[in-house]
Amino acid sequence: MDFQEGHSRNRNYKAEFASCRLEAVPLEFGDYHPLKPITVTESKTKKVSRKGSTSSTSSSSSSSVVDPLSSVLDGTDPLSMFAASADPATLAAAMDSSRKKRDRDDNSIVGSDFEPWASKRGEILARYTTTEKLSINLFMGSEKGKAGTATSAMSEKVRTRLEELDDFEEGSQKELLNLTQQDYVNRIEELNQSLKDAWASDQKVKALKIVIQCSKLLSDTSVIQFYPSKFVLITDILDTFGKLVYERIFSMCVDNRSVLPDHFSPENVNDTAKETCLNWFFKIASIRELIPRFYVEASILKCNKFLSKTGISECLPRLTCMVRGIGDPLVSVYARAYLCRVGMEVAPHLKESLNKNFFDFLLTFKQIHGDTVQNQLVLQGVELPSYLPLYSPAMDWVFQCVSYHAPEALLTEMMERCKKLGNNALLLNSVMSAFRAEFIATRSMDFIGMIKECDESGFPKHLLFRSLGLNLALADPPESDRLQILNEAWKVITKLKNPQDYINCAEVWVEYTCRHFTKREVNTVLADVIKHMTPDRAFEDSYPQLQSIIKKVIAHFHDFSVLFSVEKFLPFLDMFQKESVRVEVCKCIMEVFIKHQQEPTKDPVILNALLHVCKTMHDSVNALTLEDEKRMLAYLINGFIKMVSFGRDFEQQLSFYVEARSMFCNLEPVLVQLIHSVNRLAMETRKVMKGNHSRKTAAFVRACVAYCFITIPSLVGIFTRLNLYLHSGQVALANQCLSQADAFFKAAISLVPEVPKMINIDGKMRPSESFLLEFLCNFFSTLLIVPDHPEHGVLFLVRELLNVVQDYTWEENSDEKIRIYTCVLHLLSAMSQETYLYHVDKVDSNDSLYGGDSKFLAENNKLCETVMAQILEHLKTLAKDEALKRQSSLGLSFFNSILAHGDLRNNRLNQLSVNLWHLAQRHGCVDTRTMVKTLEYIKKQSKQPDMGHLTELALRLPLQTRT
Amino acid sequence: MGTTLDIKIKRANKVYHAGPIQVINSTIEMVKPGKFPGGKTEIPFEFPLHVKSNKVLYETYHGVFVNIQYTLRCDMRRSLLAKDLTKTCEFIVHSTPQKGKWTPSPVDFTITPDTLQNVKERALLPKFLIRGHLNSTNCVITQPLTGELVVESSEAAIKSIELQLVRVETCGCAEGYARDATEIQNIQIADGDVCRGLSIPIYMVFPRLFTCPTLETTNFKVEFEVNIVVLLHPDHLITENFPLKLCRM
Repeated sequence: MDFQEGHSRNRNYKAEFASCRLEAVPLEFGDYHPLKPITVTESKTKKVSRKGSTSSTSSSSSSSVVDPLSSVLDGTDPLSMFAASADPATLAAAMDSSRKKRDRDDNSIVGSDFEPWASKRGEILARYTTTEKLSINLFMGSEKGKAGTATSAMSEKVRTRLEELDDFEEGSQKELLNLTQQDYVNRIEELNQSLKDAWASDQKVKALKIVIQCSKLLSDTSVIQFYPSKFVLITDILDTFGKLVYERIFSMCVDNRSVLPDHFSPENVNDTAKETCLNWFFKIASIRELIPRFYVEASILKCNKFLSKTGISECLPRLTCMVRGIGDPLVSVYARAYLCRVGMEVAPHLKESLNKNFFDFLLTFKQIHGDTVQNQLVLQGVELPSYLPLYSPAMDWVFQCVSYHAPEALLTEMMERCKKLGNNALLLNSVMSAFRAEFIATRSMDFIGMIKECDESGFPKHLLFRSLGLNLALADPPESDRLQILNEAWKVITKLKNPQDYINCAEVWVEYTCRHFTKREVNTVLADVIKHMTPDRAFEDSYPQLQSIIKKVIAHFHDFSVLFSVEKFLPFLDMFQKESVRVEVCKCIMEVFIKHQQEPTKDPVILNALLHVCKTMHDSVNALTLEDEKRMLAYLINGFIKMVSFGRDFEQQLSFYVEARSMFCNLEPVLVQLIHSVNRLAMETRKVMKGNHSRKTAAFVRACVAYCFITIPSLVGIFTRLNLYLHSGQVALANQCLSQADAFFKAAISLVPEVPKMINIDGKMRPSESFLLEFLCNFFSTLLIVPDHPEHGVLFLVRELLNVVQDYTWEENSDEKIRIYTCVLHLLSAMSQETYLYHVDKVDSNDSLYGGDSKFLAENNKLCETVMAQILEHLKTLAKDEALKRQSSLGLSFFNSILAHGDLRNNRLNQLSVNLWHLAQRHGCVDTRTMVKTLEYIKKQSKQPDMGHLTELALRLPLQTRT
Repeated sequence: MGTTLDIKIKRANKVYHAGPIQVINSTIEMVKPGKFPGGKTEIPFEFPLHVKSNKVLYETYHGVFVNIQYTLRCDMRRSLLAKDLTKTCEFIVHSTPQKGKWTPSPVDFTITPDTLQNVKERALLPKFLIRGHLNSTNCVITQPLTGELVVESSEAAIKSIELQLVRVETCGCAEGYARDATEIQNIQIADGDVCRGLSIPIYMVFPRLFTCPTLETTNFKVEFEVNIVVLLHPDHLITENFPLKLCRM
């Protein structure tokens, strides 16, 4: 065959580029930008008249910075506004919502600044626990004749069996003894469920009985440490009951005409509903025992709304007075807490009752130290310092309700009243827990004075200092008092003997110290904590608190050079000896570092410390570590590596990377990052030397290249390796390390056969072909500029790679191989040009090496022939396989390639393209519009200089009309 | 079809050893003899409650000895071959509010070991002082009994303080009279050793089914009393009794 020059079309890249380039239009600034916020200026009337579609951008004009969404919404929901204007029936709803708004102005709705009960619940359950055995005694009989003497003769077995039979039936008595705390909780949950079931099956009397029996449990103060938790569990049941009754009566008010609005008045309630409601109140009023009567009535307080407007405001004070009948001060304060809770929910504006609860409580405060209570404590073997904190949840809640939005004068009065009472540490604590932090903070010195005066034997002082510390973490005391406060507080804290007491207190005060003082004071505090927590390995029981201390410290010291110059910081970290906790702490530190470190650093203190921290994280990785965890750790370590810079000291930088590689070898993403970093370093060097390496820099760059070359094989991900080889090869080439570049490319070529058909991406198996195609295209494009090795044949690397492609087991029924061959044709066409499309600075590519030598071109053409033969062969097999659609599209794509890259003055090529054109159209699988467009393009091209021959070609390409 | 339907009204007043006394008995004809159309037929009716001569119409009341009950009976007489139909049901009578102005009658009380009667060994009693008041012993039946109580001092711990509502029925008959007191409600107002010197509310709603206005007739009486019961540790029971007069206003 005759391989004459000119198979490939000669290209003038510069001219083509100029002709293809879009016309540059000067950009006008300030007028329009797609990302600029849109401000909608629409009048109200316009908004109302708008129907359906919202063309908000059409009327946009101004450029002030306003969030487009919020300006459209304007506080009201546009849909409901639209509906309201359209439908008179919803007018009422709109009025309702406006009334709601007014109510809010009235301050009768509790705002989000009020910490809800729900958030206290969990804390109480977690804190007040017991290991003692509990009992539940349920008596579901009528109120009279309680003494179940008849059953006492029966054997235990028979008795339990009978109980199972008539659970909650009339006259049944159920006594559950020896329950663990968890059993107890489960039992109460069962009761809650039976309440719901009874209600659902219309057994209202049984439901009431369950509630009465449950609230009766609240008069039992045996196992007193558990009382606060018991209160939480049982009031949950009461809440359920209250809700059920309210909803039931509410649903009775709904007739087929209308639904009762949320803010209804008693006149809207029909007689049946009223009668039912009244019945409930009568039934509850006849409950014999005080405590259940109180709780059950309080639970349905809201139902008074059905009966009269003033119902709740009459009922609340009465119930408040009723609590005075409860003799046990602990039971009584929890009853008050429940009443305040219900009151805040139903009628928060009735402050009087809340206040009365507070002052009534103060009146009975002396009882806590009375004989009855003391005797009980002796009997149960409970010490006063562990008894008094049982009051805190209830008192805190009552105090919180009273002080919510309360005027300063009331708070002052409350405080004064508390001061006057003896043994007032408990009160003091609740004042500090419930009142506004600002109020407490400004009086910090007063409080410290009061705390000092408190009786040692009563309420634990460390709890008082803890409460004060919590306030100071939220609000600032007067500037002049700050140091004295810290000194006074710490003087007491440091004397605490019990490590748990100590750490609970110290944890809180660290925040205050960090907020207002320097690293010197923080260091002192940390040293003190270490001193207290080290003996007997006390830190092992306090990891959460220690962790919280670390978090507080790093939250305030964003400058890590300052942080690590706090001498005791690292010794503090040494206390985290349990690996999982240590890793958690390390993660926190790294997160803060990544978030706050603005400038790259080479500070040896930071580097040493953080390398240590990162190493700790890295070393925690083992075979069982989850992928997500590994990803997170790698992200944190990479964040650190990216922030390390030795400036112009490139060698130091490289040795850091060497050290990092040895430290973090188990985390692939870190190694990848290191390779990228080293490549970047090589390119930085090149930039500094402006492309002309000195002997020294050339050696350095080769060291970088060597680093990458030996690191890549240790990676697992096949495409990670392939891409890094290619990338590093490019970097080596850019730095004139030709033989090293060859080595990278050869390594990549020899790796291609190992690419599996399926690869794991984010846990899912996916075909790898598309990734391989992408990689190979990229690779071939790079090979254009890689000069041939003098000792190997012409186009050595291209041939090698082609062989690998040829031998690779491609997916059946896939045309990927042919697509690659098409790319290779493009490459070969580009290689036959006199001057290549792109170059690497200071590297002679084949164009200058061969200078258009005819032997080289002949080799090139031969390769072209081979590749084309392969493509044609494939097209033929497609016809056999009846894969006509694929044949057509592949044919057309081949046609386009020839058109773009081939010289169509060559007769064979010309004939081939005509054949391909026919092939593409033969089976009617082709899109006619594409063919028309292609033809138009050819005609247009033919008008270009030197392209006249295309006119003739165009005549030979008929368009097939679809039949 | 000779069917008549009449309504009978009667008052059964069973008196101890005395048999029921009928105070009212009236009959009206609801429908003339004839045939009902198919389907549901509702027949409205009304009639005045005329009392028999020299008898009084009392409020409905269910007691132990005294039972005042009003029943309504509907008879439907049918032809020879079909049985007559009868249905009876009770209806409740509440008297009209009493005329005249209600005047409260407050009572103050003080309970100490010295005020007690029926004490065997006064010296063994622990010392205590309980003071208080009832806002009125003249009670409107629909309104709660209210008042206050203060434990000023008590040597012994208090277990419980309760309000016991007692109904007293008295029947007169040839042999003399019979008297029976029944507890109809017990309400605990204090549980445990309450705070000294702090007033505790006295509050009790009258149960709807077991109370009626205080009744005094020639044959029988229905009266009410409240006991304030204080239980002291270890086992002392102190009761203070207050007769009440219930009325409907």
